[in-house]
Amino acid sequence: MLDIATAYKRYSFLGHEFLTWLWYLIETDGHRLGQVDPPAIVLILGKRIVLENPRENHAEKITIKGEYANFEAGILPLRQGSLVTELSLEAKSAEMTWEFNLKGESLSISAMKMSTTGPIESLDDVEGALLEKIYLLETILQFIDSLFERFIKMRVSNDWEDKVVPQIRAWIIKNEERPNL
Amino acid sequence: MSLLSSAISITRYRVNGKVEDPISDAVYLGLRKNMLPDIDDIESAHSAGWTSFQDPFTPSFEGSSFVYGNYFVFSLRIDKKTIPAKLVQKYMAIEIAKKCQATGREFLSRNEKKMIKESVISILGLRIPATPNIYNVVWNYEASQVWFFSHLKGPNEELETLFKTSFGLVLTRIFPFTFAESCPGMSGFDLDLLTPLSPTKILR
Repeated sequence: MLDIATAYKRYSFLGHEFLTWLWYLIETDGHRLGQVDPPAIVLILGKRIVLENPRENHAEKITIKGEYANFEAGILPLRQGSLVTELSLEAKSAEMTWEFNLKGESLSISAMKMSTTGPIESLDDVEGALLEKIYLLETILQFIDSLFERFIKMRVSNDWEDKVVPQIRAWIIKNEERPNL
Repeated sequence: MSLLSSAISITRYRVNGKVEDPISDAVYLGLRKNMLPDIDDIESAHSAGWTSFQDPFTPSFEGSSFVYGNYFVFSLRIDKKTIPAKLVQKYMAIEIAKKCQATGREFLSRNEKKMIKESVISILGLRIPATPNIYNVVWNYEASQVWFFSHLKGPNEELETLFKTSFGLVLTRIFPFTFAESCPGMSGFDLDLLTPLSPTKILR
């Protein structure tokens, strides 16, 4: 059995492949992400994408920042063999919104901003605000978990190499050829 | 970082095992066992322990104050005394000058200087208050999950150690491999396929 530190390092590529697939899915699946129509949660790209080329001896890291990260700027590193290591995302449901950064190797979430909870004016308000915040967190974490579960089941199946990777490859090549607008 | 902050970071853990019934009592005893000790009046430079979510500066878990709905919510507080190096230098220079004057010598040996430094650090350690850092913990007992609101290595390691000594339960950090391992939708056959996986070259 692998120890935790070895497993973390050895399989960090799964998180990078997950984020690359997620970006592909957001761009090609009309934000439905395989959910029922209309989707319960819509996911869109945020303001930052970090890519890394794992084939280099010294990993090359590219960060794309901006008001809705420039899609075309990210395609070229993908074409050169990079994978997404961090992705900034925005999620929306009928009543809630979330903004956060998702890191591939740890599946950890940072800079999470959510729909505001009611103002805390007394000690009695704390419990309500706390439970509301936990509910909001649980909702988005379950959504991310469901996406990763979908990815990992596909990743261990033949569908990954036979269907999904060729589709991602075709998407990258198609978009690389797309003229910049 | 506080759970109620406007922007939060989360590290997630899987809790391996369960505490003995009654659960709330076992959690209360675990929290009490490693409640934060006060180091302001002693020379210790570091202390870590549990404290309450709502009132982290007066640790107490009376009246099930750590139970919020279906969750246990409390905080890990790490107090650290940081003595500025320049302050140590200043008091060392004063003490060295005093000793030189008292003994009529111009220089002190390396060992004497070392002893003076230790004494200065010890005295300053008593006078300087500890700086508290508070990190919230949410324990979803039913789901066997813990959320810890920090990505910092030190506090995460402190959490893992303290959780084990308090409740006798091991925390496993959730990342792609450990998530996949514990994923309810993964069959035994899927898990056999997981271990030999290697990176995909999407574009060759």
